Amino acid sequence: MSSPAGFTVLKAPASAANARVSALRILALEAQAEWLRLMRAPAFCVPVLGFPILFYLLFGVALAPRQGGAEVGRATLAMFTVFGVMAPGLFGMGVTLAMDRDRGLLALKRALPMPPGVYLAAKLLVSVLFAVLAASLLAGLAVTVGHAALAFFEVCELLVLAALGVLPFCGLGLLIGTLVKGQAAAAVINLVYLPMSFLSGVLLPLAILPRFLAHLAPFWPAYHLAQLALAVAGARGMAAGGAGGHVLTLGGMTLVFFAIARARLRRRG
Amino acid sequence: MGGVTALLGPNGAGKTTAISLLLGLAAPDAGRVAIFDSPPHALAARRRIGVMLQTAALPDTLRVRELLRLTAAYYPRPRALAEVAGIAGVSKLLDRLYGRLSGGEQRRVQLALALCGHPELLFLDEPTTGLDIEARETVWSVVRALVAEGAAVLLTTHYLEEAESLSDRVVVLARGRIVTQGTVDEIRAQGARRRIRCASRVPAEMAREWPGVTRAAREGQYLEIEAPHAEPIVQRLLAADPQLSELEVRRAGLAEAFVQITREMAR
Repeated sequence: MSSPAGFTVLKAPASAANARVSALRILALEAQAEWLRLMRAPAFCVPVLGFPILFYLLFGVALAPRQGGAEVGRATLAMFTVFGVMAPGLFGMGVTLAMDRDRGLLALKRALPMPPGVYLAAKLLVSVLFAVLAASLLAGLAVTVGHAALAFFEVCELLVLAALGVLPFCGLGLLIGTLVKGQAAAAVINLVYLPMSFLSGVLLPLAILPRFLAHLAPFWPAYHLAQLALAVAGARGMAAGGAGGHVLTLGGMTLVFFAIARARLRRRG
Repeated sequence: MGGVTALLGPNGAGKTTAISLLLGLAAPDAGRVAIFDSPPHALAARRRIGVMLQTAALPDTLRVRELLRLTAAYYPRPRALAEVAGIAGVSKLLDRLYGRLSGGEQRRVQLALALCGHPELLFLDEPTTGLDIEARETVWSVVRALVAEGAAVLLTTHYLEEAESLSDRVVVLARGRIVTQGTVDEIRAQGARRRIRCASRVPAEMAREWPGVTRAAREGQYLEIEAPHAEPIVQRLLAADPQLSELEVRRAGLAEAFVQITREMAR
């Protein structure tokens, strides 16, 4: 770099200084910022954390069926955990991405020297944390006021399932966020979230649905997560199919959603 | 090399497109873009730049301090947070939520983010649009201070007085092409005309016949004349009307030159 008289020569060549930028530290700060940003936004917290808790207290505790015994209580917790895990993935990835695209924040992040991948990794991390938080709150309520006698290791398994089970919904949310811009994304995601919750047997037993809709349930990721949740929560008798098949299906769906979303992001930003 | 380069042009001339290409936010249909000899999306190049975009809305629910700390972490040798806040005039805003700030305050926070990485090259896309005069002066003084430190600044603006007051070089764009470029004085000289104004009884029709005069008009008791050189016209005026008063000679500013250049381009 030439430096005409009167201008200070800039110190520290860029190559030597590169070592001081830590991608991990950036990821941690980025995730922290994303977490704070969402926690302070009632439009996010109320539907994502509040609704599953409210619904669980209403249908799982206050209006819980008297018959059916322990297995029904465990199954109810499993279903509302799935309901609570879907939201952070769908809304946490989809709505924020759509807003960032719409309002120019994504462009700014791309112009700034943010390492590639950190933006999505931070969002993913925050969605996982929100899913675990939602599942912990529900499990806490289940053990205290819900009279579900869950063992400690069962709660732990449920939390691990929440952490991993949010990933396909992160992928789906991300995909929607690349398709729809700004505020419209929240509406579109609600149009996916609520029908999926009913059509995959999460909020309603599949037996109540018309037959052809019940047959389509395995096309929704929520159906497979629900079967795994039933097994983990100790209502194995109510789960359909083997765990391996559900895990593979969810894994495949996650990869497909992320691959399409990534290709779309790379192409049009 | 440091200094301020202003990118000027009418709406739709391609100023923001040029910035997007330079920042790697858009890919050129043809040709090549390089920053510090690297493609613009290379991390090493981006670590040496600071950016203030025209339309970047930062998250409303983050505090100014959090935004600054995060952005500074992207850079290998960031400025201290207190230093950045002091330079950009946001010291009192650090614990406020971004969404609760006024438009001018938000703009200053964006400026703070642009300079927190100690950039060698700063992109400012219409940094003062929508600011009041005082806030604009603050931005200008920050830009001058950075340039004094050796930074280079690429500025787009549609305030001509901003370009005139800040920039060392001006690049005029029209319809996606560089129409002309040079120092402010050189650009001004391209539209160089002198405006002569005086209270005089000399009829405008008579002045219009004098060599070099491109325009002569009467405005009440005043006569206004435009010509490339003032001196011969003033001599003739004094000869024709020794009683004339309030003689005033003015050089056309960047604004007039800019209007003339882009108008000639449009022909």
